[in-house]
Amino acid sequence: MPRPIFALVDCNNFYASCEKLFRPDLKDRPLIVLSNNDGCVVARSKEAKALGIKTGVPVFKLRHEIRQHNIALFSSNYALYSDLSSRVMRTLEGLAQRVEIYSIDEAFLDLTGNQSLISNTAFGQQVRQVIGDWTGITVCVGIAPTKTLAKLANHAAKQYPATQGVVDLSDPLRQRQLMALLPVDKVWGIGRRLALRLQSMGINSALDLAKANPKNIREQFSVVVERTVRELNGESCISLEEAPPTKKQIVCSRSFGSRVTTVQEMREAICQHSARAAEKLRKEKRYAKRISVFIRTSPFNAHQSQYSNSATGELSVPSDDSRDLINQAMRLLNSLWRDGYQYAKAGVMLSDFYAPGVYQPSLFDQGSQRQPPNQERQESQKSQALMSALDKINQGGKSKVFFAGQGVKTGWIMKREYLSPAYTTNWDDILKVK
Amino acid sequence: MNVLLVRHGGNAVHIKNSDAGTPLFLESVSAGFPSPAEDYIEQSLDLNEFCIKRPAATFFVRVQGDSMIDAGIYSEDMLVIDRSIPATHGDIVIAGLHGEFTVKELQLKPRACLVPKNKAYSPIDIPEGSELDIFGVVTHVIRNLR
Repeated sequence: MPRPIFALVDCNNFYASCEKLFRPDLKDRPLIVLSNNDGCVVARSKEAKALGIKTGVPVFKLRHEIRQHNIALFSSNYALYSDLSSRVMRTLEGLAQRVEIYSIDEAFLDLTGNQSLISNTAFGQQVRQVIGDWTGITVCVGIAPTKTLAKLANHAAKQYPATQGVVDLSDPLRQRQLMALLPVDKVWGIGRRLALRLQSMGINSALDLAKANPKNIREQFSVVVERTVRELNGESCISLEEAPPTKKQIVCSRSFGSRVTTVQEMREAICQHSARAAEKLRKEKRYAKRISVFIRTSPFNAHQSQYSNSATGELSVPSDDSRDLINQAMRLLNSLWRDGYQYAKAGVMLSDFYAPGVYQPSLFDQGSQRQPPNQERQESQKSQALMSALDKINQGGKSKVFFAGQGVKTGWIMKREYLSPAYTTNWDDILKVK
Repeated sequence: MNVLLVRHGGNAVHIKNSDAGTPLFLESVSAGFPSPAEDYIEQSLDLNEFCIKRPAATFFVRVQGDSMIDAGIYSEDMLVIDRSIPATHGDIVIAGLHGEFTVKELQLKPRACLVPKNKAYSPIDIPEGSELDIFGVVTHVIRNLR
């Protein structure tokens, strides 16, 4: 069997690059993208990084810098980012036989068997060139015999401009050289807490971790960390996952743009989240039996009284019909709601999924008592037709048809003051040229 | 020719002139013979198929202004842009100029310039040694006649 070889392709400053692609006037200007509700910095262009702006900083703390350096602000434009992401991923699928989409801006490629045709570095450069030409997004490529090492290679490709964005770590000597330079918390899967515990044991660099005894690591930590040690030593333990595993739960939740204090507003929000969750559920081709609703005040507002609660209920039979899910969510909300609080966040979670036609209703299920079987089948066909019509109309992200309960004047909706146009997903928003 | 064409977005400096060449493995190859049983199967025509060769590299823009009317491009027309095509002499391109996107004909000989297709406008010279930001090559014009 040929030795496994993986590439990690990672988009540089992805959200910021998406915004800049359509704004030639912002070419060399520092740019930051803000989180939901325009709260904190989630992404930075390279100019903003050079100014020392960190992610996670609340934007109000940056007022001075924004003015001084003329920093361009953007609200998160997920329609734009996910469209450009899917262009990058589709292009990658044309360049490698097996692709695992790891996140919105990262993908693993399996290059096992490819290396005889073209050198790893040459392949990496080709990926970089084609993705850049076709989609306008710059990527870095890290190549190595394990996914964990490929991640490190990618990190190096980003960090050191001399690499021209591509690092091939198939040589064990080079692996060791790089690992000696990188602190242990840069290793894939080693979070800050784990890194602290490792450091207390004298494991500071990635190389220290690679040299650790896998058995000891397993006893002190877990099999997962042991696997990381093996991967750092070039033994591939984590394979490519092409098809993402079926979802086990779907969560739709948002922080409110401004605090919600009335039950009417909260009903609209929960109704909206339920409708959105149901839409996602149908996309997964699943039926859900359990639905949970949660509402809470802001834990950061120490001066105000706090309330946080959730409720879970089951449908008599699994359903993917927005109406069933909304009804149940409303019932749950009624049991949760308390007047007199300033609510900051609410959400809906669906779980306990079934594939179509799998669920066995019990003899005493309310569903089967309600109607004779024939009529029930008709009802279910009608429900399917209605839901697929709904999804078809609402394609493209904007809710054109929605449930009355979602409300029409949604004051609780996300704050997105600096939202750029949906250049690639809405005809009214496409780029203008002179 | 000493002007560097730079792809707007994506990587810095590349494509010197026309012969950047597409990597071989990007071309699709059809093989085998169609089954005779398929003779009578017909598909309805899809305009996407006609206008869009590589969806991941295709973008749409809308024209504002009359600088290209002699090339049959009018205000409010929609243009199909294919970024996978390397820009060469004579292509209609979208270029970033002074912080704006503009549609013009690209000329590389005898000197580099962006040429408007309307006598009321004069060509825009691209100074020797400078970079020209190309967003992509225009492949189709779509106009609503009503």
